[in-house]
Amino acid sequence: MIDSAADFGPAPVLCAGRVGWSRALLLRKEALRGYALLSPTLIVLAIGICIPFAILATISFWTQIGFDFDTNFSVNNYLKLTEHPVYYALLKRSILISGSCTIITVLLSYPMAYYVAFHVHRHKMLWIILITLPFWTSYLLRVFAWKIILGYNGVINSGLLGVGLIDQPLEFLLYSQSAVVVTLAHAWAAFAILPIYVSLEKIDRALLEAATDLGDGPVARFLRVTLPLSLPCVLAAMLIIFIPTFGDYITPTLLGGPDGMMLANMIQAQFGKVNNWPMGAALAIAMMITVALFATPVLVVARSATRRIA
Amino acid sequence: MTPSSYIQRPNRPLRAYALWYLVFLYIPVLFLPLFSFNDSIYIAFPLKGFTTEWYQDLFANEPLFAALINSLKVGAVASMLATALGIFAAKAVTRYRLPGRKPLIGFIMLPLVIPGIVFGVALLILMSRLGVPLSLYTVTLGHTILCIPFAVATLIPRFEGFDRSIEEVSADLGETAWGTFWRVTLPVVFPGIVASLLLCFTVSFDEFIMAFFMSGTDPTLPIYMWGQLRFPDRLPGVLALGSIILVASFCLVFFAHWLRTFGLQTKSAGRA
Repeated sequence: MIDSAADFGPAPVLCAGRVGWSRALLLRKEALRGYALLSPTLIVLAIGICIPFAILATISFWTQIGFDFDTNFSVNNYLKLTEHPVYYALLKRSILISGSCTIITVLLSYPMAYYVAFHVHRHKMLWIILITLPFWTSYLLRVFAWKIILGYNGVINSGLLGVGLIDQPLEFLLYSQSAVVVTLAHAWAAFAILPIYVSLEKIDRALLEAATDLGDGPVARFLRVTLPLSLPCVLAAMLIIFIPTFGDYITPTLLGGPDGMMLANMIQAQFGKVNNWPMGAALAIAMMITVALFATPVLVVARSATRRIA
Repeated sequence: MTPSSYIQRPNRPLRAYALWYLVFLYIPVLFLPLFSFNDSIYIAFPLKGFTTEWYQDLFANEPLFAALINSLKVGAVASMLATALGIFAAKAVTRYRLPGRKPLIGFIMLPLVIPGIVFGVALLILMSRLGVPLSLYTVTLGHTILCIPFAVATLIPRFEGFDRSIEEVSADLGETAWGTFWRVTLPVVFPGIVASLLLCFTVSFDEFIMAFFMSGTDPTLPIYMWGQLRFPDRLPGVLALGSIILVASFCLVFFAHWLRTFGLQTKSAGRA
């Protein structure tokens, strides 16, 4: 397939009448054409990714002096990161919050995806639309809705007061780490349900029947067939949720309170009222490194899981 | 596959769980319209009475309309730029044997795996070092870069999915490369382009953190709403706005779905 594509594929389309050229030259030309076609996108992305991140990395080694930078190389910002317990605490808390949110979301979403994939027969598309509809509202408002629910005068408190179960509003509902976790688990649910649903939908039903015929009960069948086959997408869903929630700024600001502040709030503060851009840059780099440290093992496991399936 | 296979026996607890999960997904979102009709600036039960005051206020709210227009502009331009660049990239990686195809696609998808705040501050530093003043142009630039992976991911399956021989036929019949692209390739991948435009527009329209760092004095809609959230007396107005966006996007989703099934029906009718 690939070979024939190389021989006859785009070449006749774009180089009609030059069939006599040697194959190697043709291939090189083809690759060059491909790169030429790809170059606008690559240039934009290079400008948009490589240059900003090179500057981000550079600035993280500078020092803020008033409104200016001392451009002498110094690792002070990174030393501060390791010395001051507040940064370490924020990092740990961010990992804890978005890590638990990731695990909770995936655990809650799996049965839902499983139900739609295996037990909904007629109105599958309707279920998918119903699941995705709430996620078409603005993210900001979805998060804010939880403030309405958990707030001091919020739905839960005013409801419980009205029924007479409590005399005073419960204050721990809002402005806590658990408020952030619940909100994020709600706000990112579709991003776990959909990939898991797709992977479950792709599973060949004959494999499940074969497992049953060979004597596996429902539990053994799930553990030995369904779960391994959907594992790569479960891991992908975990990354899809962990990375953005780890860097989320909206939710901790609206619902976290002082105890629920995350690394993103600290980064924002460095670029805002604290006005220490080099420190903020160092924090951003630290965030990237943390994400990479967590994402790499997940990717490795996902890759080996995929290979085992194939 | 037999529909009544013993693997697919109805599972009542699982069904109940799925329904409860749906309720969990909907309840917070549905509180927005509920309180947007409540005749009180305090967001609390019991409801005080029905009013459309907050909606009427919206129409007199000029900064809000300015922010809406800003968001529409940024979304339109960013989605078109990202989709155009996505078409180039998708065609290149599906049509040509490129050495290093996988790392290249990985590089294009990079914005998806970088936390938004890191991306935002990186571009902010770049703009400030270049001396570019923050404006809607810088927001559009940021959104374009964020949208490129979405465009490419939507377009690649479209370019992969279609029969290449029709392009060859077109070339054999004497059409130039450009003519082939314009008259054969583009119509075939058109649904993918529409999908990419819609997806990119949605991403840009809802994007907060990049716009937060990249916008100057002209706010986009999420930035404007963020500013309003701090004032309790403006909250009902924000809820009214949110409800309108909610209803508009519900309609859009159903319209898109109807369009798709409608297209399929006419296609199968044409075949029969």
